[in-house]
Amino acid sequence: MSNWSAWLLWPDNVALSVFALGLLAMVFLYAARKPMHGIIHSSCTLAAHGTRIVSRWMLRAAEGMQLRNQAVLLAHGQESEAVRIDREFERVGNLIRKDLQEFPALQRKMLEEATHIEDDYRKCGTVPPPSPEWVAALKSIAQIKSGGDIPRTLLEDINRSIEKIHDKTITEFRRSYEERHKILKGMQPSWRSVEKLIGEMDKKMVTLETNTKQIDHHMHTLEAIRAKDSKAEHALTVSSFVQLAISALVMLIAAGGTFINYKLIALPMSEMVGASDYLTNSLKTSDVAALVIILMEASMGLFLLESLRITQLFPRIASMDDRMRRKLMIASLVFLTILAGIESSLAFMRDMLIADKTALMRDLASVRPAPSDGVLTSIPMIGQMVMGFVLPFALAFVAIPFEGLVHSLRTVIGVGLVQGMRGLGVLLRIVCLLFKRSATILELVYDIIIVVPLMVERWALAWRSNASVAPSVAPDDIALAKSRRAA
Amino acid sequence: MKKPLNIVILLFSLMLLGACGDSRMHSHGVYMLVDTSGTYAQEANKASKIINYLLATLNPGDSLAVAKVESRSFTEKDIVAKVTFDKRPSQATSQKRAFKDKIQTFTQAVKPSAYTDITGALIQGAEYLNETKSGIKTIVIFSDMQEELGKGTVRDFPIELDGFRIVALNVSKLRTDNADPRLYLNRLAHWEARVRKAGATEWVVVNDLENNLESILVTRGTNG
Repeated sequence: MSNWSAWLLWPDNVALSVFALGLLAMVFLYAARKPMHGIIHSSCTLAAHGTRIVSRWMLRAAEGMQLRNQAVLLAHGQESEAVRIDREFERVGNLIRKDLQEFPALQRKMLEEATHIEDDYRKCGTVPPPSPEWVAALKSIAQIKSGGDIPRTLLEDINRSIEKIHDKTITEFRRSYEERHKILKGMQPSWRSVEKLIGEMDKKMVTLETNTKQIDHHMHTLEAIRAKDSKAEHALTVSSFVQLAISALVMLIAAGGTFINYKLIALPMSEMVGASDYLTNSLKTSDVAALVIILMEASMGLFLLESLRITQLFPRIASMDDRMRRKLMIASLVFLTILAGIESSLAFMRDMLIADKTALMRDLASVRPAPSDGVLTSIPMIGQMVMGFVLPFALAFVAIPFEGLVHSLRTVIGVGLVQGMRGLGVLLRIVCLLFKRSATILELVYDIIIVVPLMVERWALAWRSNASVAPSVAPDDIALAKSRRAA
Repeated sequence: MKKPLNIVILLFSLMLLGACGDSRMHSHGVYMLVDTSGTYAQEANKASKIINYLLATLNPGDSLAVAKVESRSFTEKDIVAKVTFDKRPSQATSQKRAFKDKIQTFTQAVKPSAYTDITGALIQGAEYLNETKSGIKTIVIFSDMQEELGKGTVRDFPIELDGFRIVALNVSKLRTDNADPRLYLNRLAHWEARVRKAGATEWVVVNDLENNLESILVTRGTNG
C-alpha cells in the first residue's frame, strides 16, 4: 500500500492522482506509438517466421521418417514374403521329391495293369460257333430223287447226329462263356488298383496345385511390395499393428508365468545367496538372483529357438553353418535342462523351508502339529517341482512373440512418430498464423489504449486542413503501412 | 550374440555386487531386558511369549539377545541367550529352536533379585547392539520401569543411546501408582526424557501384549 501511495501525485486525492497518471501514461504511450508498433510487428513476425521454419522442418522430417519407415517396412515385408515363398518351394520340392519321384514306377505299374486288362479283354472275345458242316450233307441227301427209305434213314441218322452235335456245341459254348466271365471277374482287382492309383495321383496333383496357388499369391504380394504399392504398404502396417497386439498379449501371459516362476524360486534362492543381503533399501539380493536365473532361462530359450531357425533375431546365428548351429542348439538345450533341473530342486527346497518354518511357528506358539496325510501334503510339493521343471521350457517360447513384438514395435513407433510430428507441424503452422494475425490485433489494442490522443490528433489534422480534405489515416499510419508492405 | 552375453554378465556383476553389499545395514538387532526383581519375576512366562514373538518375526541375519535385569546388570553374565541368525533360512530356523530351548530353561528357574538396575542393563544392551553393527537397534525393556539401585551402584550419569529405539513392555502399575497415578506417569516421562536425551530415536510403551506386539519392531525401510 505504501508503494502505491508513493506513486500518487496527490496522496489525499487518489482518483485525481490516478487520472493524472493515466493521462501521463497515455501521452507517453502516444509518443512511443511508432516504435511500439514496430516492436509488436517485428516480434510477431519473428515468432511467426520461427514457428513456420520449425513447422516446415517438422513436416519435412515427418516425410523423411515416413520414407525411412516405408523402406524398412517394405524391406521387412519383402524378407518375410521371400521366406514364405522359400518355404512353399521347399514344400513343393519335398512333394515332388517324395511323391512324384515314384511317378515312373507308378506309370509302369499302370501300363502293366492296362496290358493285363487288354489281354483279358481279348481273351473275353466271343468265339463264333463252329460252322454247320452237316448243311452240305443235307443238301446232297435232299438232291437224291429215289431210293425208298434210304434217304429217310439217312435223314434220321443225320438228325440224331445233329442233335448230338448241337448238344455238344451248346455245352462247349456255355463252358466258353463261363471261362470269359471268370476272366472278367479276375479283371476287377486290376481295375480297382488302377482307380486307386489314379485317385492318389489326383490327390497329389491337387496338393501341388494348392501349393502353386499359394506361391502365386505370395509372388503377387512380393511384386506389389517391390513395386512399393500403397495397398501392400497399408496391409503391412495393419499387419504390424495386429502383430503387436497379439505379441503384447502373449508377452503379458508370459509375464504372468515369469512372476509365478519368480515366486517359486525367490525363497530358496535366499538359502543359496543369503536372505539378509540387500542391493537397495528394499531389493533383496536373493530376489535379484532368482530374477537372473529366470532371465538366463529366457536367454537360453532364445538361443535354442534361434539355432532352430524358428526366430531370427540374431543374423549371426542364422548365418552359421549347420554344424555350428547344431552345436549351439545342443548347448542351449543342455543349459536350459540344467537350469530347469536347478529350478525344480529349488522348488523342492522351498517346500522344505516352508514346512520347517511352519513347524517352528507351531513350536513357538506351543501348538500341537496337525495330523498330516502323507499323500495330500506331497501333492503340492510334486506340483511345485513339476512346475519348476516345465516353466523354463515354456518360457523359452517367449522368444517367438518377443521377435514379433520387436519387429512390429519398430513399425508402430515409426507410424506414431510420423503422425505426431505431422500433428505438431500443423499445430505450429496454426501458431504461425496466430502470430501473424496477433500483430495487427496487438497494434489495434495499443491504439485503443491511446484512443484519446489519437482522436485529438485527428481533430487537429482536420482543423489544419480546414475540414476540406480530412485525411482519414494519420501520416504515421501511412508510413507504417508502407514499411510493412516493404517487409 | 554379444549383446545378450553382455546383459548376462552385467546381471551377474550386479548379483555379485549385491552379495558383497553391507548386509548389516538392513538387519535388526534386538536386546531384550527381562526384569527379575521382586514380584515382577512372576511375569517371566509373559516375557517368554514376547521372546517367541520376536523369534517368529526376526529374519535371517538379525540379532537377538535376552538379558535379565538384576541388582547390577552392567555385565555379560546377565545375558541369558544371544544369537545372530545365519543368512540361510534353514540354519536360522535351527538357531531359533535352540534359542527357544534356552529361554524355556531360563524362565523355569528365575530367581528374584533384590534391586533393579535398568540403566546398567541399558548400557550393556547398547554395547552389545553396537557390536552387532545392526542397521536397526532396538532395546526392549520388559519391566515396571521402577529402578532401584543398591548401595554403591552409581548410575546417575548421562548414557549414550544414539540411534536406538527403546520399547518399554508391560509397564505394570505399582500399588503406589494406583494411589497416585502421577507417579506412574512421571516415571514414564522420566524414562522417556532420559532415553531421548541419550540420543534414542524412538520411545514406545506397549502394555497391550495381546494386540500391539507389532509395535515392538519397525518394518524394514521405515527406519531410515
